[in-house]
Amino acid sequence: MNGNMNGNTDETTAKKTKFILCLLVRNESGVLTRISGLFARRAFNIDSLSVGETENPLISRITISAFGDEYIREQIIKQLSKLHDVLTIELMDPEKTVLRELLLLKLHVKKGEQNEIMQAASVFRAKIVDLSQSAMILELTGDTPKINAFIEFLVPYGITELCRTGITAVGRGNYILKNIEEENEDGTDVL
Amino acid sequence: MMLTGAQIITEVLIDEGIDKVFGYPGGAVLNIYDALYKSSDRIRHYITSHEQGAAHSADGYARATGRTGVVIATSGPGATNLVTGIATAYLDSSPVLAITGNVGQPLIGKDSFQEVDIIGITMPITKHNYMVKDVTKLADTVREGLMIAASGRPGPVLIDVPKDIQTALCEYTPRQKPVRPAKILKKAAEADLERAAELIVKAQRPFIYAGGGVVIANAAPQLLEFADLIDAPIGLSMMGLSAVPADHPKNLGMTGMHGKFAASKVMSKSDLIIAVGIRFSDRATGSKPEFVRGRRVLHIDIDPAEIGKNIPAYVAVLGDVGDVLSRLNTRLTKQTRLEWEEEINGIRHCPDSRLEMQKGKLTPQAIIEEVRSRAEDDAVIATDVGQHQMWVSQYYRFSAPRTLVTSGGLGTMGFGMGAAIGACIGNNKKRTVLFTGDGSFHMNLNETATAVSNNLPLIVIIMNNNALGMVRQWQTMFFDKRYSNTTLNRKTDFVKLAEAFGAGGYRINNIGELDGVLGKAFGAAGPVIIDAVIDSDEMVLPMIPPGGTINDIILRG
Repeated sequence: MNGNMNGNTDETTAKKTKFILCLLVRNESGVLTRISGLFARRAFNIDSLSVGETENPLISRITISAFGDEYIREQIIKQLSKLHDVLTIELMDPEKTVLRELLLLKLHVKKGEQNEIMQAASVFRAKIVDLSQSAMILELTGDTPKINAFIEFLVPYGITELCRTGITAVGRGNYILKNIEEENEDGTDVL
Repeated sequence: MMLTGAQIITEVLIDEGIDKVFGYPGGAVLNIYDALYKSSDRIRHYITSHEQGAAHSADGYARATGRTGVVIATSGPGATNLVTGIATAYLDSSPVLAITGNVGQPLIGKDSFQEVDIIGITMPITKHNYMVKDVTKLADTVREGLMIAASGRPGPVLIDVPKDIQTALCEYTPRQKPVRPAKILKKAAEADLERAAELIVKAQRPFIYAGGGVVIANAAPQLLEFADLIDAPIGLSMMGLSAVPADHPKNLGMTGMHGKFAASKVMSKSDLIIAVGIRFSDRATGSKPEFVRGRRVLHIDIDPAEIGKNIPAYVAVLGDVGDVLSRLNTRLTKQTRLEWEEEINGIRHCPDSRLEMQKGKLTPQAIIEEVRSRAEDDAVIATDVGQHQMWVSQYYRFSAPRTLVTSGGLGTMGFGMGAAIGACIGNNKKRTVLFTGDGSFHMNLNETATAVSNNLPLIVIIMNNNALGMVRQWQTMFFDKRYSNTTLNRKTDFVKLAEAFGAGGYRINNIGELDGVLGKAFGAAGPVIIDAVIDSDEMVLPMIPPGGTINDIILRG
């Protein structure tokens, strides 16, 4: 290996960007602590992390959104790969990945504002999942810019609670995130 | 066969070839100690004075023998006392398996007596750790733990076993097939070897920089063949010191902060650094931008995360360094670089390369050289941390791999006693020497009791300058001689102390006494402690200040 995976941190590559990692991990207790602890102790920034069980109950899938230059990106991937419970890690190509986030947002609704909000919700394709005389809960699924735009629009109305799940991602087309352990079953070229 | 969890632990250890373990009993490991008692004909347990000493012993055992060291401790304080030892092993990639007891599962999370979250505490300083919650998984967990500790880049693994798991009964079957490695390590790709070979052939002034990875991989023969083949000099990191005999013509010695002038100077003149089993610690490189200015780096290592972590690699070859070097050797043909050799010889023989300590005085160099003349070539030399450690690195002429046992990455004062005991036991009680300082020795001198109990032929040489010498040296150089808390003025009589423990004790005040005392020490059957009184102002030189380059080197005090 050479070129861009060898830690060259000259000026052309030192640009900081946001990036998305998908991981398959053993569904063991403490696996999230291992991953988040690694970010903390190596001073890597994490924007969001979402996790859930897969169709195989022994394996969980994690999506991490992080920020950094090429050096940070490379170190994060290599250090995470060393964890015993991490089975697969993939840096997702934003062009070839479906990214989604779920937002649940509660608004204090004043008299006369309800219609305006409902119109905005329909433009953004958000759902109203709860409604009372003075409050409303909106649900929106989408990529991060869309969710940010929706929140920005609603700020003047008085957001009382907001929670978002963090990004979750799946590669487009025939791309499948493989469990590397199974791939190596044949044992060729192994030390 | 139905066994208790505790018996399963000892059975698996024995099955996997572990015949010696270190540790300290306690409430949460009573069952494991009962199992050890019953299996004492097949597995020998060495009790230390303190769990920290046991952890360092397991580490020293591993470093000296290459086999995994095992340490057992009880829950709570027993487990936390292992922490420094585990971190020391982690930073120097030493294979250690720590087994801790914990309170029974119903008591976990209740702040029970001697309960501590040792999994949480050791997560950042182990390759992996486990809490066993199901006795049917215990045997495989211990097997996997041993495999993870020893495979790839070695390191410590901790297994926490709650008390109810130790008492639970379970069917035990010896392992049928080898445990699969946790992380599959592929052999280095041919294309990478080709690129590496090309880079080497094209280089005018290659420099081989070998580290602890060469020792761990037992790759010293391949490295020497490689150096002869490509006609390149070798510089060593401290962890790599024992990899190449000190008198090998290609060996320039240690590089880095307290490295040899010639080694650092030649490295700074090179156009290609071939780094083998190296992680480019800040103590080894000094200024990182200057380290790579005007030269390329070919990095050979087993750990992908080390490639580009501290120093960017122009070409990297991932794999076992022994395998990579032998495959490179078959690709390469004999090269000669006469101009480079001439330049190297010029540097080697310049006055700055020939610094020696004062004659006729009890200097660290004189002590080390006298010990070397008496010690066997394969005798393990352990150190603690500080000035004495650097003097040993600079002056002791190592001639066999795994003969230097020292805490490099973590720099753990107090490492030496435990580690020397572990190394001595690992080498079937072969004579072992520990160089220590009055500061370091004071930290864990309780382990003298362990050395005495086992009648180990261990020679402890305290380079006693009545100060915390390395910190004092920095205060001299960078803090205008404000000796804050480094002048010890302790009244400890190390000779009486040795005798109180049941060890031999001697004091050396001047060079005239050196020969006679060492003669007695090397003839003793059991442990001997020697208080060698040296000058408080003795410094470790040369020195490249932190973040500096060869141009900043301080040669004389």
